[in-house]
Amino acid sequence: MYEHDITLTVNGATEELTVESRTLLVHALRDRLDYTGPNVGCESGKCGACTVHLDGDAVKSCTLLAVQADGSDVTTVEGMAEGGADSDADALHPIQRAFHEEHGLQCGYCTPGMVMTAAQVLEEEPDPSREAIRASLKGNICRCTGYHNVVNAVESAADSLRNLDPSTAGGE
Amino acid sequence: MSDARDGRADDARTVGGEESDGSTSGDRLVGRGIDRREDAELLTGRATYTDDISSDAAHLAFVRSSVGHGRIESIDASEAEEMGGVLGVYAWADLDASPSPGVLPIRTESLDCEVPGHPVLARERVRYEGQPVAAVVAEDRYVARDAVEAVDVEYESLPAVVDPAEATADGAPTLYETAPDNVALDAELGDAAATEEAFSAADRVVELELVNNRLIASALEPRAALARYDADTERFTVEMTSQSPHGHRGKLAETLGVSESRVRVIVPRVGGGFGHKGHHHPGEAMAAWCARELGRPVKWTATRSENYREGAHARDHRTSAELAVDDDGTVRGLRVDTRAAVGGYGLGGGASMPGWYGRLLSSQYRIPAIHCRTRAVFTNTAPVHSYRGAGRPEAIYVTERLMDAAADELGVDPVGLRRRNLIAPEEFPYETAVGASYDSGDYETALDEVLDAIGYDELRERAGEPGDDGRYRGVSVACFTESTGGGFERGVVRVRRDGSVAVYAGTHSHGQGHETTYAQLVADELGVPYDDVEVVEGDTDDTPDGTGTFGSRSTVTGGSAVVESARDVLRAARGVAADRLGVDAADVVSEAGEFRVVGRPERSVSFADAARAAETTDDGASEKGEGDGVAFEASTRYEPDGTAYAFGTHAALVAVDGETGAVEIERYVAVDDCGERVNPTIVEGQVHGGVAQGIGQARSEGAAYDDDGRLLTDSMLSYALPRATSLPDIETRATVTPSPRNPIGAKGIGEAGTIAAPPTVVNAVVDALSPFGIEHVDMPLTEENVLDAIRTAEDEV
Ligand code: FES
Ligand code: FES
Repeated sequence: MYEHDITLTVNGATEELTVESRTLLVHALRDRLDYTGPNVGCESGKCGACTVHLDGDAVKSCTLLAVQADGSDVTTVEGMAEGGADSDADALHPIQRAFHEEHGLQCGYCTPGMVMTAAQVLEEEPDPSREAIRASLKGNICRCTGYHNVVNAVESAADSLRNLDPSTAGGE
Repeated sequence: MSDARDGRADDARTVGGEESDGSTSGDRLVGRGIDRREDAELLTGRATYTDDISSDAAHLAFVRSSVGHGRIESIDASEAEEMGGVLGVYAWADLDASPSPGVLPIRTESLDCEVPGHPVLARERVRYEGQPVAAVVAEDRYVARDAVEAVDVEYESLPAVVDPAEATADGAPTLYETAPDNVALDAELGDAAATEEAFSAADRVVELELVNNRLIASALEPRAALARYDADTERFTVEMTSQSPHGHRGKLAETLGVSESRVRVIVPRVGGGFGHKGHHHPGEAMAAWCARELGRPVKWTATRSENYREGAHARDHRTSAELAVDDDGTVRGLRVDTRAAVGGYGLGGGASMPGWYGRLLSSQYRIPAIHCRTRAVFTNTAPVHSYRGAGRPEAIYVTERLMDAAADELGVDPVGLRRRNLIAPEEFPYETAVGASYDSGDYETALDEVLDAIGYDELRERAGEPGDDGRYRGVSVACFTESTGGGFERGVVRVRRDGSVAVYAGTHSHGQGHETTYAQLVADELGVPYDDVEVVEGDTDDTPDGTGTFGSRSTVTGGSAVVESARDVLRAARGVAADRLGVDAADVVSEAGEFRVVGRPERSVSFADAARAAETTDDGASEKGEGDGVAFEASTRYEPDGTAYAFGTHAALVAVDGETGAVEIERYVAVDDCGERVNPTIVEGQVHGGVAQGIGQARSEGAAYDDDGRLLTDSMLSYALPRATSLPDIETRATVTPSPRNPIGAKGIGEAGTIAAPPTVVNAVVDALSPFGIEHVDMPLTEENVLDAIRTAEDEV
């Protein structure tokens, strides 16, 4: 079994570690670096619970080997709020806050993946329709919410992000 | 103890609109959809689920049976044992040689036959594909899986049977010598003779043959455990995915052969349960056994596929059902004969399902005579257990499909037929022909509400003919009742002298938000700020013995236990306040955290001051006195005065493409009545989730085995869970008919959607397909199954 020395930048921090060729990115993050925000629901790319951003793109971290991410910037859900994972309800990222206010989570297991997917969706399309939101979340399974409040949360997050963004709010 | 709401069953209220926060009660927290306090840690990734706990644990993985039915001829683990990083490979012989029984017990007293329990590792026979045969522990999860691959097991294959109807046929393969016909339990409910009489007197009899498809609970977090053993104290500590910490403590103790005091179960955050995490499975027990054997922590986390292969699974009924009805639409009788699979091992939960099932067959109707025969049948499949609904969706599906079939037979509107037979509000408490005692209800109001919401009359006029888009529209309703809140719970309320309040409960939230709702209940009772109330669940060393969170019971039973304790605490605090005020306790009232002298409101003592003063008095048994910082404490063992029957009516509008068989749910409206709603936002979330799972059963889910007992749906690709794109918006409304049987006036809501949605969707699709002369289509209503039904109907024309 080959081993590799790799470097990842996770939520802004540089992490150096040695992984086997077969180590999945999600396991490197969770078991080696203790970023347990990304969850494992299927380990085969079908549920989306493990979604992180890799160099700005939402990816399912169980579908990548850790070595493939060597040299990359990784953002996990822990890196979303201003104050990191220790944020209380007042310091959440607007997307996280919208999930909180719209009751878009129950057990919370799918939530890190939902938040990371939604972040990319809203970056690409700041004002999506409900249908577009549903289509963009197709790869993220939630067994608790029936998606209704998840869609509400993404809609409401889109509103608040647009209001924050000076280019769409008509500010300077 | 629980008569506080007596007489309130009359005042049903309607609460419309899905965004309602129901805030009708002034400053009270109960009734308000406040945001959950659980969320921040879940949203930021800070929450700890079982697999998140870091430790120096070794990893456990299982070698599982590759055959559906067989005998183990040999197990060769020599290659695995020699692999670097492998700490141990175990089979039944190792369990057998240990002080532990190594068997998951079953309650044989509830069965008609003696059968052994489920061995944690197979003895010599395997009865379902995926049954654990050997266990490997290694330093790392990857190595453990490599070692699993290296264990060589030879089987003598035996013929398998996977369908519960086929399993009872002559000549079917037999799973247990003690049950030659594969029947674990043959139970009857209701009066057979009276039913026979009703059928011979009725004008017509409507019959249906129904399949209730096999489901897999599919919580997104797979089951997991991290077990430790302390050799000095001879005590196990098992952190695990559980809905029932105390239940698992008892079951683990039994399987390990130790007393309950030697097992501590700690349950961190849990990623969904739906019944599946309430049962006793091999993985957690084996992790604990290995921790003692190896003297180090052992972690086990199921993969998705082993989670699906080991089960538990759910539903899987084959039912012959008949309704006796007069030409004027009066229902006279119902007769049901069901074969329900329990899988390869008739575990307690599986065998108890028929009981939950028959009792609900009357749905919302006055049905004078009902008879139900249920056979629980062994099959070469994963064990069947309770999954969200647990017997109740199966029952309501039968009755609600029959009501539509009867309306069709009589040529009347299905709503009118239902309305004619509804139990009226003044008939409660109502005893059904299958022995259920309904506490309260206003069924017609809920029905009218759903008809109004979906615009039924207009849709009914348009149904039947294909629309402009060539698709056939169907519209439906389904009514239901649901038994909620059985068993007991304990709740402890402890007030410290600084005025802070801690609530300890034996239930366990895995998405339901107890930390929020129990705090709402207790803050209201005591009149203290919500933020001063902390809720603790999930550690058997810290929390009072409880039953757990399943069966729509936590608010009704656990919530009532903490409310009763809060009331005891308030009484003790009032006594202290009265002393301070120099008056009789009877002359003191409590309002929003202040104790005031009746008639002299300027003379008052705050709740917090009473807590501070508690140490200096000797009043009240629940007072702890000096030294430990505790001012007041009360513990209640609460058992409701009977079952609370939640109810509701759901409606759907569907469009079916006659060319492709594709079904689209264009509208789905849920009107639910769960009595008083502690947090309407959380209630609506429970409805959304239940409806989603019910639509999943109706539309896409279905566990399938091949004839040899190999599971064909062992991944999230082949087992089709609903996705965001396959579900509609779910419109919710509520009526409020309090239960007189508990101090909150609540009824459970967790499972309602899984009960209502399958008949609602199937009724709508069958309505849409009525131009083809189709009278029934079995779930799941995949494009293939719908198209098949259309083709078959066309061939018959
Ligand atoms: S765990 Fe990665 S997609 Fe399911
Ligand atoms: S909140 Fe439980 S899976 Fe989405």
